[in-house]
Amino acid sequence: MNLFIDAIAWILDPANWSGPGSIPQRIWEHVWITAVVLLIASAIALPTGALIGHTGRGREPAVRISGGLRALPTLGVLTLFGIWIGIGLAAPIIALVILAIPPLLAGAYAGFESVDRRTIDAARAVGMRESQIVGRVELPLGMPIVVGGIRSATLQIIATATLAAYIADDGLGRFIFAGLKTRDYAEMLGGSILVILLALVADGILALTQRRVVPAGVRASRITDLRSRPTRSRAVVGQPIHEGNPE
Amino acid sequence: MTWLWSNLDLVGELTLVHLALSVPAIILSFVISVPIGWLAHRYRWSRGVLLSLCALLYAIPSLALFVALPPITGLALRSPVNLVIALTLYGIAVIVRTAADAFDAVEPDVRQSATAIGYSAAGRFWGVELPLAGPVLLSGLRVVVVSTVSLATVGAVIGVESLGSLFTDGFQRGIQAEILTGIVATIVLALVLDWLCVVGGRLLMPWSRADAATSRARLSTPVKQADTV
Repeated sequence: MNLFIDAIAWILDPANWSGPGSIPQRIWEHVWITAVVLLIASAIALPTGALIGHTGRGREPAVRISGGLRALPTLGVLTLFGIWIGIGLAAPIIALVILAIPPLLAGAYAGFESVDRRTIDAARAVGMRESQIVGRVELPLGMPIVVGGIRSATLQIIATATLAAYIADDGLGRFIFAGLKTRDYAEMLGGSILVILLALVADGILALTQRRVVPAGVRASRITDLRSRPTRSRAVVGQPIHEGNPE
Repeated sequence: MTWLWSNLDLVGELTLVHLALSVPAIILSFVISVPIGWLAHRYRWSRGVLLSLCALLYAIPSLALFVALPPITGLALRSPVNLVIALTLYGIAVIVRTAADAFDAVEPDVRQSATAIGYSAAGRFWGVELPLAGPVLLSGLRVVVVSTVSLATVGAVIGVESLGSLFTDGFQRGIQAEILTGIVATIVLALVLDWLCVVGGRLLMPWSRADAATSRARLSTPVKQADTV
């Protein structure tokens, strides 16, 4: 426990709050990298995922790609790009974008896919254009899951950006690697605590957003659902019943 | 390729070390999570608390957790046990959520029928709820298998040997083939363990294949209706 006191003393030490490589500068770098990577990866993955979820086409390869990319070891991708591109910010940013795409893609297609097909049929029946169905029916209804994807992507980026300090001189991970080299556990632990706080704050904000984007109509129906849920409601309302004729 | 042939021993050895790190973590997290997930499913008050704790745990960046654990456990930073504990914690964070969902998905009718024909609470858990939750539990386990094998490589930067050592060593010495070998070896190891889980699942739950087929048919019918419009 003594080590934690040392780490907190390290965080609170005014000497660490100014000059090059100070705590505010590292936090800023970390947030900035996370934001840039999230923007680039979202620009690629969200429209693609929305298209897959809307049309239902290309689902299998998307599942396979996002599943396969998940097996990719982050450190391996980082060091590989580090060798290819050299020291600097480009390598970690490209590596981080690649690693952030699977959760974003999965969130986007799962979100669009989760919308009840009958709701979409109804929207089409009342005369909505395809673009209106995407923007005004599927997007709002699928939004909580899409934001869920953004949430896990953000956590992944914050975590991997820490690791990226291994190949670049940026972000809060610097404190961990600097402390590791000089055997300064207070600095390592202090840096770790700051990263954990940053991740928890980001997660909290996105969790609140995720709750906020649930459309009012959906929220209302959910509450009544909880209070009186007949055991057979979903089977009767949701699917055609196949009694006695197994397929 | 030449690098790989001349270092086959090293890769083989590191693969075994990697297995020794990830397999205990995977098994431990599964064994610990299923009862916790069941608790989260069974009691409404515990659900919010347990699932929020898991979400928090999951949010902690791995490298930071590796550094923050030793002062709590009293282990050395470079101890493999430290890494196994951290990997187990991440596994728990994932499986508890899936396990709670899996037990939730067991039809209330089935549960009531089991009680009605005389199952005790424990008998119902082992004989009815666990087998029915099995396929979903397996899917959670598969996610953990892949992520644990991948995450174990991170330990290399703090000095815990694994296939990740190929990344740190390859980066420092500028050997691209070494890093590529590490990436491929990690993915292959994850896929092999994942495949073992699938095979194990089929042997233990022969009914789950037929089940998956019908549920897929059920899912795809409404989609087809929408397409023909």
